[in-house]
Amino acid sequence: MSVYAYVVSVWLLLVGAFGIVRSRNLIHAVLCLSVSQSGTYVLLLAIGYQRGASPPVFGEPATKPTFRVVDPVVQAMTLTDVVVSATVTALLLALAVQIHKRNGTLDPDELRNLQG
Amino acid sequence: MPVFDTGVAWLPPVALTIPILLSAAVLVGYRRVRRPVVDAVATAGAACVVAVTAALLARSSEGRVVTWSAGWAPSHGFSVGIVLVSDPVGDGIALTAAVLVTLALVFSWRYVESAEGHFHTLVLLFLAGMEGFALTGDLFDMFVFFELMGAAAYALTGMKVEDVGSLQGGMNFGIMNSLGAYMALMGVGFLYARTGNLGLPQLGEVLDHQPRSTLVVAAFVMLMAGFLVKGAMAPFHFWLADAHAVAPAPVCVLFSGVMVPLGVYAAFRVYWVVFSHQLAPGDIRRTFVVMGAVTAVVGSVMCLTSRNFKRLLAYSTIAHVGLFLSALGYLTAAGTAGALLYVAGHAGVKSALFLIGGVMLARYGSVDEIDLHGRGRDTRVMKWLAVAGGLGLACLPPFGTALGKAISEDAGVSAGYPWAPALFVVVSALTGGAVLRATGRIYFGMGPRQEGAERPDQTSGSREERDTRPLRRVPVTMLAPIVVLLLGSLAIGVVPGVHSAAQRAAEFFVDGAAYQRQALLAAPAHVAAAHLPEWTGRGLALDFASAALAVLVAGVGLWGGVLHERLPLARLRRRPLAALRAAHSGHVGDYVAWLLVGLAVLGGFVGLPHR
Repeated sequence: MSVYAYVVSVWLLLVGAFGIVRSRNLIHAVLCLSVSQSGTYVLLLAIGYQRGASPPVFGEPATKPTFRVVDPVVQAMTLTDVVVSATVTALLLALAVQIHKRNGTLDPDELRNLQG
Repeated sequence: MPVFDTGVAWLPPVALTIPILLSAAVLVGYRRVRRPVVDAVATAGAACVVAVTAALLARSSEGRVVTWSAGWAPSHGFSVGIVLVSDPVGDGIALTAAVLVTLALVFSWRYVESAEGHFHTLVLLFLAGMEGFALTGDLFDMFVFFELMGAAAYALTGMKVEDVGSLQGGMNFGIMNSLGAYMALMGVGFLYARTGNLGLPQLGEVLDHQPRSTLVVAAFVMLMAGFLVKGAMAPFHFWLADAHAVAPAPVCVLFSGVMVPLGVYAAFRVYWVVFSHQLAPGDIRRTFVVMGAVTAVVGSVMCLTSRNFKRLLAYSTIAHVGLFLSALGYLTAAGTAGALLYVAGHAGVKSALFLIGGVMLARYGSVDEIDLHGRGRDTRVMKWLAVAGGLGLACLPPFGTALGKAISEDAGVSAGYPWAPALFVVVSALTGGAVLRATGRIYFGMGPRQEGAERPDQTSGSREERDTRPLRRVPVTMLAPIVVLLLGSLAIGVVPGVHSAAQRAAEFFVDGAAYQRQALLAAPAHVAAAHLPEWTGRGLALDFASAALAVLVAGVGLWGGVLHERLPLARLRRRPLAALRAAHSGHVGDYVAWLLVGLAVLGGFVGLPHR
């Protein structure tokens, strides 16, 4: 795999973080967090990728594989990561909805409850 | 071929599965039974985890307990399995977590009244995350448990869904910690790319035989950023005060007492087992001694200027995390032993103080020190418990905090930092003094009554939503946990065996090579003899000095208002203080910006060659 995928993954992490810094809306901030996390998906999949290799699926009968496969471990990690992301995003969006209900705004600049 | 002892290897998985199964059971069944049944089941489950981790600790102090899940034990040092490794430090933290959860649940019987079963579910899931995080020997599992603990903690922080502060605190906490977790996951990815392993012992084994590389340094920096967001090192600490100020008191107990120290634990666990051969110890020592000192100073200054009792305690946690980072950062067994005792003593004292804050909110409907002037004068027991907590935080012997501080100070001096005792004394005096000042004002009505004008740039805590109906008397289920926690902290300083046990635990912790050998090759552990003296004359003198200084700080805070304004110093420090306070803005974007700054600073400290 070329270096391109690694550059993209770090770029996604940073651009997501930058999006949260500049965010004027909490829903936007939560989605930026997901963008950041996408960087980790790209990184993990890029680590396991091999040019010309097939998916890590083996048929019956179980014999020693004679062909190259991509690394299944990082794919399993990515899947776990997706599950984590779904949980956290759902929770944070629920908090955002509730903040909007109570405060009438989603702009973090206008939330002044926790200072000093 | 050596054989793995599987006699007690079933204990670590049990410590994890009890709370997970019970939390599911509670969630399914809580509508069908009455609240006391839910309380009893959850508390009994947490108490079972206490028993399991205590048994594990008794066993692991003679050698690490290694569990290869589903029997995937390594053959000739090679394994594709996933491992749980419990050594005395991991077990000690797991035990602390279980004890604090049990006491917090007892406190919640009468405290968190509005909560139905989902509160208990979340607390049990949180416990499962902490147990897993403390006991695992696998880097990717650390990320998973980090997020399990995180998700439960965000939900517990934002639990009061009618209170905007609570929601905002949960949001800040969630975004910061998740971003930290993703950085850590990137670090995990880098390491996997380099070594093809995820287990801590395997990773360490491979990296020990490789020359230093930039990729490994980058992985270390990313992992540290992730763990130390949870561990609240400056400048990653901003979420902590927000989350603590709004979470219910029993939840704050779990945050300050064990979750934040767990972040610090993870950072050093990973360093010792995986990185200690690749990275120059000088760089690491420099990083943590400097960052620890900065964290300690920021935390104690903010602590001193807070008037919200819970926020004040939160800043004191940040200050103490700075001290723990310094003590562990000396990278010696003695410093580690000091930090262990300090963490344990601190967990007792700080948890008791948070529960006192909870009682305050339940009785008076506020945690604002100025607002509550003299309101607690009629209490008979609570005021003295608060004084004891303040003195414990200020390291008055024989509290466990005092023993930990004395040993850490000695370790600092012998590691070549003669100013270390000054830092420890000043920080414990400032934080303890702030608590004593608040106690004096609230429970004894000391000092002049001030106008209650709230400043716009400060969270006072006078509008915090109650968790209970107003209480006229303090029920025994709320009083008993406070007393038990304070006694526990005293026991750490007084009971003779604790000190040498901490030393042996520290010897285990700093020996990464032995960790690898025992996990992969079932090599027997070598138990070193304890050699440090327990209480020394100098340690005792410095402890009493910090306690006396704390009383002085409290006195100046209470009566020194006039003096304060006259001093030329006051004008000088006003501007930096305002800037520091403005940095704690409650704005999640600011916090993320600081996170990136911190990442760059860590990278500079660890990655750039010096001299």
